[in-house]
Amino acid sequence: MELLCPAGNLTSLKAALNAGADAVYLGLKDDTNARSFAGLNFSVTQLTQATKLAHSQGRKVFLTLNTFPKPGQEHRWYQAVDIAAQLGMDALIVADLSLLSYAHQHYPHLPLHLSVQASATNLGALSFYKEAFNIERAVLPRVLSIKQVRDLAKVSPVDLEVFAFGSLCIMAEGRCHLSSYVTGQSPNTGGSCSPANHVRWQDSGADKLTRLNDVLIDKADASQQLGYPVVCKGRYVAEHEQDAKYLLESPTSLNTLSLLPDLAKAGVASLKIEGRQRSPAYVTQVTQVWRKAIDTYLAAPDSFAEQPQWSQALAKVSEGQITTLGAYERQWQ
Amino acid sequence: MAIRVTMKISLAPISYCWSKADVEQFYQQVANSNIDTVYLGETVCGRRRELKFSDYLDLANMLKAHGKHVVLSTMALIEAQSELNELKRAIDNGDFSIEANDMAAVFYAHQAKVPFVCGPTINNYNRASLDLLHQKGMYRFVMPCELSKDWLQAVINTDQKPSFEIEVLGHGYMPLAHSARCFTAKHYQLPKDKCQTICQRHSKGLLAQTQESQPLLRLNGIQTQSAAQVNLINQIPEMITMGVDYWRISPSKLADVNLGHELAALLANLTASDVNQAGELPTKLQPFTPASDQHHCNGYWLGQPGMQYTESAQLAP
Repeated sequence: MELLCPAGNLTSLKAALNAGADAVYLGLKDDTNARSFAGLNFSVTQLTQATKLAHSQGRKVFLTLNTFPKPGQEHRWYQAVDIAAQLGMDALIVADLSLLSYAHQHYPHLPLHLSVQASATNLGALSFYKEAFNIERAVLPRVLSIKQVRDLAKVSPVDLEVFAFGSLCIMAEGRCHLSSYVTGQSPNTGGSCSPANHVRWQDSGADKLTRLNDVLIDKADASQQLGYPVVCKGRYVAEHEQDAKYLLESPTSLNTLSLLPDLAKAGVASLKIEGRQRSPAYVTQVTQVWRKAIDTYLAAPDSFAEQPQWSQALAKVSEGQITTLGAYERQWQ
Repeated sequence: MAIRVTMKISLAPISYCWSKADVEQFYQQVANSNIDTVYLGETVCGRRRELKFSDYLDLANMLKAHGKHVVLSTMALIEAQSELNELKRAIDNGDFSIEANDMAAVFYAHQAKVPFVCGPTINNYNRASLDLLHQKGMYRFVMPCELSKDWLQAVINTDQKPSFEIEVLGHGYMPLAHSARCFTAKHYQLPKDKCQTICQRHSKGLLAQTQESQPLLRLNGIQTQSAAQVNLINQIPEMITMGVDYWRISPSKLADVNLGHELAALLANLTASDVNQAGELPTKLQPFTPASDQHHCNGYWLGQPGMQYTESAQLAP
């Protein structure tokens, strides 16, 4: 079972490799990937260095091309595919049909991983992408219960990758317009969810407020912590009620350490750590814990038990410091 | 001879959980309206069983007998094998084409050689992807709701005219997201597996406002909708000029059938010369323009945040 870690820059890439990642995923410095933030990601020169570094240590490196080519600008996405092929990168993570088609036609030996942004949650959708573009692997959206993951893994025509840890997207990824409804930009169109230039942290008397393009997402007193303002994790008032509540989800993040044996038994090929936008310290911390957990499990699958110090270490870097199993746990749904 | 306007009015599937009686009453009225094309079926949640597949098929045949073009709509988020079985049943109906809202529907429709419409939750973000789906059997697509007029222009204005039809959501609450979690059940503190289809209590979703009383979202089971209704009535003339084939209404109440009926009647009697700025159409559409006290939006079409509304007087000609 592969441990796949995020890298927003070369320092994070080195951190991930040092801490025991089997593979690292990263993106170019533009909107061909959905973490298009200033100061983040790789130039072509840096990408070359990153690929060499990973390969010299026998690890894999994947290029994330998970946004949708814009009409008239398709060539930028095609160029990114060409670059990855020339560098001998180990796979492309792609969501868009035309881009999958381009890569499949021009570089049939370059493995294609279906991005979570393609939102393939069932056998029919996976079969479509396998048949049309011979994808090797698919990243599952965070909408399936562990039972559904298990059932799908039994029949899937491709390897499956799941999110193991990090920010929790609660919608079927790639089909969520909440960010663009409020800001005009979404992962699909502008390259990120809740872009930082629309975010405002405000003090109002004793309260702290978070706004996204002026829309009030959350309000808290000094004793409470506010999360980064994304629409799905705001506190709102339901009709006929007075009090504001987290009507969709509270600021929590995903941690599936306790599910490790289930995911392994299901035959999941890769465990993905979210967070290309996070610091090298985060990458180190999370990669170390997951490396340890996977090795512990593989050494003695039957006696695996989640160590309290693992979860404590992970909780320190979690959003809102609260973690959940999300949709893997039916009760959450 | 004057060239007639060919843009038609279509009706999206009901996205809420209504009682069987309400649904039947609704489609009876649709049957007697001028609306051209009707999409029919449950697209949000497989737990909603007020109407069975056979009930929808009965409605489809009734509407067809009244001269409607009927398309059977399928689910947007498919997780379980049982839902795939339902999907295949819809595709194998033997008569009607389908609206694919998940790539699984594209896969099975292509296999069964059933022509399909790509609904708004299929990620079509460029012409090459649309052409690829056309090869698989797509004869029409509904533009994903976060895309704009400029985007559509860029997709249409290429050397080759599209060989598929174009549909744009012109009126109604927009589907913004789908989740594994049922937000309505969560609100009522019910587990999803014992939800009692509590979403039936909210015939147009449960309104969520910010702590500054700004309407933001509508919670419709696992679906999250916009609190504002998209309203592109004043954009109908430019859509006709651009070559949009269908102007879609997503219904949230019986009165939306009237809107479709009247707009369809209006379009049926127009010629191309009525559509330009000085022509008859802009004036005829004025009565349909939303009153300022209602909550509407048109931001996506204008390339802005979707929730925004700009009155046409403020738009550059």
